[in-house]
Amino acid sequence: MEIFAHLADGFLIAFEPLNLGLVVFGCAVGLFIGAMPGLGSVNGVAILLPMTFLVPPTSAIIFLGAIYYGAMYGGAISSIMLGIPGASTAVATTFDGRPMAMQGRADEALIAAAVASFVGGSISIVLFTLFAPPLAEVALAFGPPEEFALMVLAFATFIGLGGDDIPKTFFSICIGLVMSAVGLDIVSGEPRLIFGDLPGFFHGINFLVLAIGIYGIGEMLWTVEISKGEVMVSQATVTLARVVAGLKNLKGTIKTMLMGSFLGYFVGILPAAGATPGSLMAYGIAKTISKDPDSFGKGNVDGVVAPESANNAASTGSMLPMLTLGIPGSPTTAILLGGMVIWGLEPGPLLFVNHADFVWGLIASLYAANLFALLINIGFIPVFIWVLRLPFTILAPLIFGLCVIGGYAPTRSMHDLWLMLIFGVVGYLMRKLDYPMAPAVLAIVLGPLAERSMRQTLIGSHGDITEFFVRPISGTIMVVALILIFLPLVNVLRNMVRHRISKTPL
Amino acid sequence: MKALWKSGAAWLCLAFLLGLAATAVPQLSAQAAWEPKKPVEFVIMAGKGGGADRLARFIQGIIEKHKLSSKPFVPINKGGGSGAEALRYLKDNKGNPHVIMATLNSYYTTPLRQPGLGVDIEKFTPITRLAEDTFQLWVHSDTNINSVDDYVKAVKAAGGANWKMGGTGKGQEDSLVTGMLEKKFGIKVTYVPFKGGGTVAKQLIGKHLNSTVNNPSEQAGFWEAGKSRPLASFTPKGKLKGRFGKIPTFEELGYGAEMVYYMQRSVIAPEGIDKNVQAFYVSVFDKVYKSKEWQDYLGKKGLIPGWLTGGELTRYFVKEREAHRAMLKAAGEIK
Repeated sequence: MEIFAHLADGFLIAFEPLNLGLVVFGCAVGLFIGAMPGLGSVNGVAILLPMTFLVPPTSAIIFLGAIYYGAMYGGAISSIMLGIPGASTAVATTFDGRPMAMQGRADEALIAAAVASFVGGSISIVLFTLFAPPLAEVALAFGPPEEFALMVLAFATFIGLGGDDIPKTFFSICIGLVMSAVGLDIVSGEPRLIFGDLPGFFHGINFLVLAIGIYGIGEMLWTVEISKGEVMVSQATVTLARVVAGLKNLKGTIKTMLMGSFLGYFVGILPAAGATPGSLMAYGIAKTISKDPDSFGKGNVDGVVAPESANNAASTGSMLPMLTLGIPGSPTTAILLGGMVIWGLEPGPLLFVNHADFVWGLIASLYAANLFALLINIGFIPVFIWVLRLPFTILAPLIFGLCVIGGYAPTRSMHDLWLMLIFGVVGYLMRKLDYPMAPAVLAIVLGPLAERSMRQTLIGSHGDITEFFVRPISGTIMVVALILIFLPLVNVLRNMVRHRISKTPL
Repeated sequence: MKALWKSGAAWLCLAFLLGLAATAVPQLSAQAAWEPKKPVEFVIMAGKGGGADRLARFIQGIIEKHKLSSKPFVPINKGGGSGAEALRYLKDNKGNPHVIMATLNSYYTTPLRQPGLGVDIEKFTPITRLAEDTFQLWVHSDTNINSVDDYVKAVKAAGGANWKMGGTGKGQEDSLVTGMLEKKFGIKVTYVPFKGGGTVAKQLIGKHLNSTVNNPSEQAGFWEAGKSRPLASFTPKGKLKGRFGKIPTFEELGYGAEMVYYMQRSVIAPEGIDKNVQAFYVSVFDKVYKSKEWQDYLGKKGLIPGWLTGGELTRYFVKEREAHRAMLKAAGEIK
């Protein structure tokens, strides 16, 4: 019950006029930052950090928390509307959100994204409120073998699905893994696969560059081809009746929302993972457990709900290792951590004891931020829909411009811009040849994490692979992952056997 | 967007006017003090959450808080390959006045281990050394290891293959300090590299590692919470003050005065920048150094203050590099 007393105190802090104003303002700014490609929550928080010296520390973190939250909502907007991931956390949202918009169901996708974000945010905040200290122990229980097992599970969810062409999926993952190996070796520091001596490859291939290239540029080239120069206008409309219908339709996605929320939160609390892997994994699992996996990637509303609930849940989750262990769970929380140090707060195990008002004020304001982000987002849907009704001849240059900004902004190097354009052409060709691109994106995000944790485990165990299986947590996850990987193989065999049986009487 | 465009246009006008002014009165503009024209990239040659990262972000905070620069300092982590990514970036930004870098000891070791990078640290422009960070030997508080003696016994009993020592990249500070321990006590441990000191600290608390040689700032929170225990400091007697001064040093414990290792915390700029630019950064960091926040931080985080700048700093870098060359040779990392 002590928790509720703390939380009530927290709400008193969060609902002070200054703090509440900052929550609303932060959500609106965050929404915009998230929706602009290349301006993710990382940049938003970094740019606005200096402003926070004007207010007390608790108000400052409330403001930054609201921006972080708003950005998670906002990322979905450009993913759905323009097919350009607004932030790395929203890449998985493009997979199905964009096809929905193309079918004139943009309003439905936007509502689904907003509601899923709200559910993911709410569940994760409740979990945070009730179980922060014990969950910090869970984060500690994850060593390198457990991290690696989790990565294998993520890959498995993408391979072990019926429906897609498995050899092509496998090929796509391999391409992604090779690209994730570009850059400096994580153990020895030697450069790898840098095409002779191109220093632009030292930091590896930025995943957002790949995603914007494939989904933004590639998608645009594709649209140009199928429209053959005819003026195309999306038939997007929005009415109150459609909004209500959209909300009703979401009933069928409750299971996916819950799965995405819990998974996202859990992946978020693991240091080094964060919201991007969380949302991609949620997408993969949603597809696995779906009754109709074939419709994913073609405008299935579950494919929007899963990553959106997961990325919001993960953004709350990644605050947990930051506050309790002093280790950021995502790039954005790394910047928040810097802010806390200058405000004179020492993140770590004692923060909950020494600065309870700060921690609970933050938690309470997350509740408020979640609600306001939902309201602001739904209120703006008609504006977004209006943008979609622009003729393609106007929209295409706009998308192209946003892609260029988005590709350049994160690293500010021309190298990445050229790379993005090349990926755009490659993405177009892959699409033409019917290769799934999501697995490549997943591989380039998770590849470095998987490689590092695997090598750390093997160094520690002197090359003994059984280390992954003898530890209870990693062993369990590994077994589940292997079952998922071999499931399609079993299906193929079973089909062959059935085929033979049906043939024998002849 | 609109604001951006507007400010862009304003800058353009300003640049034009300045250009006019410069042609009219050339001698005047040449003597004006330099100010950054755009945000300064503050490169950190390590990953997020480690000692170097926290320090750089703390400095950024001080600069923002006291408005020491008209344009913000934006921290950028380039920790890949033990700082190779950052070093190469500085080299490729020759003459760029809007890039500076926070260094650590991989500033010496990485160019030595990777001559292929073509980085010569003597060419970079020295700004300042702010402090020297220290190292302690840490174990989890659930173990019954209370002294260096206990530690050596425990490692020997477990066998080196089963004793996991965590640290940052191979050939970097943590592994050199580990090497000192191995040599001194005739032990062998399994060294597991992680991306940053913060992760290393967390892995110790999660019992995935048996011991670490973290900096004070990385373990302070866990120590205070009773999760970890320092056994000894790699510092000379009496150098550390406050809470960290109460930890015995290896020298005090009778293991010899050579069991000392520091991590330098300095700031440098690319080669070929103007004297004016150098003077600007030195004055910014001088104000940082004298701020109350910085002086408090030094005490709380077990750092040893040590302002150095100009040629003195370059000489210090060269001396340290040679010391590291010898250490790396002894460890068999380089020929």
